[in-house]
Formats: sequence, structure tokens, C-alpha cells
Amino acid sequence: MPSNTVITMDKNKLRDQLKKEENHESRRDFLKTSSILTAIAVAPGAVAKAAEYNLGEKINAAFETTPVSLTVNGVKKQLAIEPRSTLLDVLREQLDLTGTKKGCDYGQCGACTVHVNGQRVLSCLSLAVMQEGKQVTTIEGLAKGDELHPMQQAFIKHDGFQCGYCTPGQIMSGIACINEGHAESKEDIKEFMSGNICRCGAYPNIIKAIQEVKNGGQKS
Amino acid sequence: MIQFQFERASTVKVAIEALANNANAKFIAGGTNLVDLMKRNVMAPTKLVDINTVPLKDIQQQNGKTIIGALALNSQVADDKLILEKHPLLSKALNAGASAQIRNMATVGGNMMQRTRCSYFYDTALPCNKRQPGTGCGALEGLNRMHAIFGTSEQCIAVHPSDMCVALVALDANVVVAGPKGERRIPFEEFHRLPGSQPEKDNTLQNNELIISVEIPDNGFSKNTHYFKVRDRASYAFALVSVAAALNMDGKVIKEARLAMGGVAHKPWRLKEAEKSLVGKPATEETFKQAAEIAMQGAKAYKYNAFKLKLGPNVIVEALKNAAGLV
Repeated sequence: MPSNTVITMDKNKLRDQLKKEENHESRRDFLKTSSILTAIAVAPGAVAKAAEYNLGEKINAAFETTPVSLTVNGVKKQLAIEPRSTLLDVLREQLDLTGTKKGCDYGQCGACTVHVNGQRVLSCLSLAVMQEGKQVTTIEGLAKGDELHPMQQAFIKHDGFQCGYCTPGQIMSGIACINEGHAESKEDIKEFMSGNICRCGAYPNIIKAIQEVKNGGQKS
Repeated sequence: MIQFQFERASTVKVAIEALANNANAKFIAGGTNLVDLMKRNVMAPTKLVDINTVPLKDIQQQNGKTIIGALALNSQVADDKLILEKHPLLSKALNAGASAQIRNMATVGGNMMQRTRCSYFYDTALPCNKRQPGTGCGALEGLNRMHAIFGTSEQCIAVHPSDMCVALVALDANVVVAGPKGERRIPFEEFHRLPGSQPEKDNTLQNNELIISVEIPDNGFSKNTHYFKVRDRASYAFALVSVAAALNMDGKVIKEARLAMGGVAHKPWRLKEAEKSLVGKPATEETFKQAAEIAMQGAKAYKYNAFKLKLGPNVIVEALKNAAGLV
């Protein structure tokens, strides 16, 4: 069962993107294009249709994609995904959902925690191409309009952060921790939140926030 | 990460066929270790076969054994009622490993297939016989604080990092694997191997075989068990030394014992001689100290891991005391 490989980016779009990089139109666009070029540099290999597009095969390799449909924060998305892309990179770079943070990118810090089918997982170690048909919830999907999720409110109330970089991951993890039934005691919370590192050391306040939401009986 | 071909397989047969004739193809399930290794170019499979839709997630009781599907998640197994009731040691070991997020992704089969966390294996700029046979072992005379004290060779002193496997070897589990010629069973103790002159081989699984399930025979170890893991921080770190202990008690006398260590060898390290020494003895600290002494026979330390020679027996005694309810 080989995957359906399609080439979605046409020559003009690629030219535009490369031109954008030359002009450094925005920092995000610049970083985005640069990372594409880095990928090209380390990813040689023959790619179909290279001749047709009259592009170097190395450039074409970066755009060999597989169609994937998934639901992100309740919205169905049809995406063309390069098999090497992680869910984290697709959320941030393709869907502009930059609330989910890239910390270590190696599964050691928990900053990239999202919910997939209601379970907390590390988006940096999840290949996006493997999320076909899944329901993904990110930090952006928690609030209902202007009304924050109880866990978001509790983090603000208890000052559960300092720099804030780990916070989206902590909040996603904290909600799951309660739903799993692993927030019965302070010790329980410490153990089952150990996959979320906070370099500012806001742990005592993070625990207070989770305890408050747990005691309030709120679920997801 | 190099480019790879991506395929999905939804049956065991299709999965095995997808790996045929390609030594560089790998199965992917949770991906928590493989994706990490691919990002670092430690592993570079040219083809990934996603097996997540193969129906191997069930945990069931059948003919005197508990059968755990290879794709059951680590968190699923740890919280499973049947496992908690019949094999609590396995649940304790699973919860001592990784983080809640990783346990929600990692599968039983994947946990068994995870690679060592030896820093020389992970750093592609340094020599490592496991990653690149023939380049030498950087750890042998390097920073070897995390490394093995049992069953090492001149080629490799890495340890197997799993907690789950330490419990499974203690519980006499069997691994069911499927290949082109059908299924076979491997006793858990023979699944992982010692490095010898081929440290690139972590286990005895053949290239074209898929782990189907793990079977745990019924046992008398539902009450007195403990998994004690010592690591550099309280949670979410690999073991310096861990011990799985299970006792079948008749009053205060030990009828049967199981003991295995993690963080000390290239495979989960079963301590059968120490187990034998416990049988028929009263569950006392003195009994446990004698067993620990037997357990540590043959241990050999390197420059930075000599502390394991002292930590090892202490952890064994503490694990047994906890299992016996003496603490």
C-alpha cells in the first residue's frame, strides 16, 4: 500500500516563496523558508516530476507530500504533508497555530504537549502524516470566545508561570492530568506532570492551579 | 532527517510483507524513540511502515495467561484493571518510565524495541559499535556513569533503558512474534541479548518479524510487589539502577520470589540465583541482604559507575522490603 504521493507546490508558488526570502518580508516567513532550505540541504534523493517542474531534484524533494485530513480545534483540515514533518511543525508552520511551543524538539521538555483524540501527547515526536482522521486540540482551542478555560484562569490566578514558554504545554498537560484521574493528590500531580519542565520553577503555583481546577470539579 | 517512504499497514500480513527485501525499512508505532533517533540521524530508515491500525491493542485473559497486544499503549496497560489486579508489578514499572505524554504514545512492542540512551550512541560525531560497528566504544574509557556492570563486552557497555521490560522479565513473560513463516514464541529473557561482538543487535527479533503480543502466565505475585527506581531526579529520568521485586508469601515465609534489575546491563537483568536463595526463608532484612550479595556476584564497574556496585544491593534490599511490607 504505497502512500499517494503528490506534488502540490507549483513552480510559481515556489518562486514567490524564494523571492520572499530574498526580501526578508517577515521574520516568520524568513524562518519558514530557511527551514525549508535547511531540509533541502540535508535531504538529497530522487523525486518524481523533477524534470517536469524544471527544478533541481533537491528542491523538489522538499515538496513531496502526502494528503492528510485531520481536525484541529474542531475545524476539519485537508493538508498536504511532507512525511518528515512533525505535528508540532505542521501546527506552527502550516496552520499558524504558534501557541504550541517548540522547546527541546526531542521529547524531553513537554512544551509541545497537545491533545490527540483527547489524550495528551508530544507533538514534536508525532509525525503529522500519522495523524490521519485524528482530533487535535491545541492551547488555541481551549477558550470559548473570550471565556478562558478554567485551567487558563487558574494559571493566571495562581501565577503558574514566569516567562510563559512552557505554559501552553503545562495547561494542556494539566487538563489531561485531571481527566486521567491522576490529580488526586499533590504527589500524584507532581509525578504525572513530570513530563512538563519549567525552567522558571513555577511548579508550586502550577500544582495549585491544577488542584483548584480539580477541586472545582471541572473537566476538560 | 533523511527522506523516507511512508506506508500504512492494517494487518499483520501486510505489515510483514511491507518490510520484505528492505533491511532499511522499519515499523513505526508510537515513534517516541524512533522519531527522536531519526531527527538526530542516529537511525535513518529509508522506509517507515505505520502499524498503528493493525488490531493489536487488546489486553485479555486466556487459558491461564494475560495476553497484552503489542500495540497496547504504555498508559493503557498501566491503568488496565486486569493488569492492576493480576500483575501490579508491571503497572508500577510502566508508571516509573518516561512521562504521561510519552506513555500515551509508546506501545508495548515499541518499549521493547527502544534503543539505549548511551550518549556515545546518540552522538554521531563519536565512536559507537552499536550505531556504527567497528568504530569502537566511546563509553568504555569515557563518561560511563550510566553504563552497565553486568554482561558487558569490550565492544559495548550500554544498558537497555526500559522499566517495563524489567517487570516483564521478572514475570516470566513470553514474546509472540510473527514472520513470513508464521508465529514463534520467545521467552522474555531471551528476547534482548548481551552485546558480545555484535552490539548492533539489541535483541533476537529477525528483520522481517513483528511483535504481536506479550503473554504473562498466571502467577502468585498479585500482592507483594515493588518496583524501585533510582535516578538523577524524582521522575522522568532513566534509571541509574532499578529493581523489580515480587514475592509469593506464606505468612512470613517466602514461597516464591522474582527479582530483576534495570540500568545495569544490555538487557533487563534477571537474578535467578538470588531468587532461589530467598525461597523458604523468612522475609527479613537479613534474608534480603544475603540475596542482594548473591545478586551482585560478577558485577564489574568502570571508571564512573562504581557507585552502582553499592547502590545495586541497597536498591535490591529496599525493593524486597517494600514488596514484603516491611517498610
